[in-house]
Amino acid sequence: MTINLTMAVILAALYTAGFYLIMQRSLMRVIIGIVLLGHGANLFLQVAGGPPGVPPFIGMAGLDEMSDPLPQAMALTAIVITFGLLTFLLALAYRSWVLLGHDEVRDDLEDRRIAEAVAEAQEMSAAAETTEAEDPEDAADHEGTSETGESGNEGDTGPGVRR
Amino acid sequence: MTTLVSLPVLLPLLAAALSLVARRSPAAQRLLGVLVLTAIAAVAAVLLVHVDEQGPVVLQLGGHAPPFGITLIADRLSALLLLVSAVVTLAVLIFSIGQRIVDYGRGTTSTAFLPMYLVLCAGVSMAYLTGDLFNLFVAFEIMLSASYVLITRRSNAPRVRAGMTYVIVSLTSSLLFLTMVALVYAATGTVNMADLAVRVAELPEGVKTVLGLLVVVVFGIKAALVPLHFWLPDSYPTAPAPITAVFAGLLTKVGVYALIRTQALVFDHDASWTLLLVVAVLTMIVGVLGAIAQNDINRLMSFLLVSHIGYMLFGLALFTVIGLTGVILYVVHHIIVQAALFLVSGVVTRHTGTVSLRDMSGVAKAYPLVAVLFAVPALSLAGIPPFSGFVAKIALLRAGAEVATPTAYLVTAGAVLTSLLTLYAVAKIWVGSFWGRECPPHPDPDPTDEVTVGTGATSRPMLLATGGLVVAGVAVAVLAGPLSAISERAANDLLDGGAYREAVLGQGGDR
Repeated sequence: MTINLTMAVILAALYTAGFYLIMQRSLMRVIIGIVLLGHGANLFLQVAGGPPGVPPFIGMAGLDEMSDPLPQAMALTAIVITFGLLTFLLALAYRSWVLLGHDEVRDDLEDRRIAEAVAEAQEMSAAAETTEAEDPEDAADHEGTSETGESGNEGDTGPGVRR
Repeated sequence: MTTLVSLPVLLPLLAAALSLVARRSPAAQRLLGVLVLTAIAAVAAVLLVHVDEQGPVVLQLGGHAPPFGITLIADRLSALLLLVSAVVTLAVLIFSIGQRIVDYGRGTTSTAFLPMYLVLCAGVSMAYLTGDLFNLFVAFEIMLSASYVLITRRSNAPRVRAGMTYVIVSLTSSLLFLTMVALVYAATGTVNMADLAVRVAELPEGVKTVLGLLVVVVFGIKAALVPLHFWLPDSYPTAPAPITAVFAGLLTKVGVYALIRTQALVFDHDASWTLLLVVAVLTMIVGVLGAIAQNDINRLMSFLLVSHIGYMLFGLALFTVIGLTGVILYVVHHIIVQAALFLVSGVVTRHTGTVSLRDMSGVAKAYPLVAVLFAVPALSLAGIPPFSGFVAKIALLRAGAEVATPTAYLVTAGAVLTSLLTLYAVAKIWVGSFWGRECPPHPDPDPTDEVTVGTGATSRPMLLATGGLVVAGVAVAVLAGPLSAISERAANDLLDGGAYREAVLGQGGDR
């Protein structure tokens, strides 16, 4: 099957822009990215059906001149599905904005825990450097307290940790 | 018999509509839900017996000729999984009804839960039964859109955040799925899977590889293979226990099923597939190590879920009859056991008022029965001999040893190691929550919130449902003989593919 070059370029642009926007931190951009990707996929289904032709009714034209109805039916179904899910996503984004007051996608739980652990380790090594000259036992003591402190705080680090 | 194939899809959809109409009467809704899911289980059992004796049952929707219309087909694999799924969804429904009975008076009777749950069941059934790539996409969308609503229902800030991740990741994978359908159609001119099996074989090697890889990525996101698993442990634990149980038990397994079906039927492999073997061992090891690092009981089990998806990939990647037999056994065992574990976790977290393993202890003293209900599926998950996990694992390990390439040996060793580490992970839950002296429950932070149920009584239906699933898990071990036999026949069907193709293309046109 040969494919229209213009269509190929448009598809490439839609997919590129869509994936680029999904990588962003702002929720609104992510949603627009999903919209572009959805358009890309639906257009792709259309293009997969070959070049446009006569409407596929029996007796209107020869078999070779008719366009293929199957991908059109599929694209129609897919458009309805993507449209429905998009409205749900918009409602969810609005809910998230009402509840959280911003539309930024946050780091996930593990990322935040790693970041906290790194910050803590740096703090500890800095503290150890200053206290080492005075009293090595003191530094060990400090380590012990900060560890228990961390486990006590963990309930507040994010969702799902404590119900 | 052919109309029977449509029932597991039609019944729950109709019941969902009816239960929306009957939203003023929660009792009627519940009765309807239980009846419909029992009916599906019965239909699935009849289908399984019939299909096992007489070969696949095919229904051409709308009477269109085979490669053009939508095909529903029940063969041994889909009928078996349909039966197991129906049992699990029924148990989870009874559990959530039980939870609702206890919570009644907290202002939490929701009328939206049941319709959505039934739509989810319809999507799952359709994904098992469809013989058409685009219809598989529609089935996934039915299932996922219901799951979006279930996971974000009654949302507070953390659930919206987790739900957002879940929805965006699933949507992206769905759009990739659509792209794959378009590519497959452009390359072959058909989306009927039996027809595809013939046409894809004629494609040039490069095109075939690209399509096969895209299939792995698409279903890999849904099934949570390791580089694509990141969304799962973040989103699943935020939902209420019964919802997490059905998601963990079924949704990822439907992805695995789609992967098995497409790879075995359409993209036929002659030898074992090294790439998938490597992904399998990574999934096992990364998942179980992630689980060990957790303190939250539900997050721990979510990582274990990811880890055990690796076993299923392992068997699939080998592409031998015994490997696929192992996969089918493993999927059956894992659907039941994982759902049972999440239900037990639901009971435990309700009792202790926390999900943090450090803050709970002594559940075994307060609730000896729950301790038993946890121990059986947990040991089964780790593959300890008398339980169902052992039967499935031993089949997989044998398959790995039989293929006998260096990679296969490596993955087999990884599987054994993961098994041991799984035992460590479930022992961590046991030590954290069941042993020790009894501690008073943590106070309920928000009595009106259904999700953060701090403490609450456990009603009889909840225990009954959990116990029922545990018994089902034991039954898998007891019936290991006939189950292995039917799994082996299903695996033979999958690798051969002739019966499936003949059923769809050969005689199904004039029905």
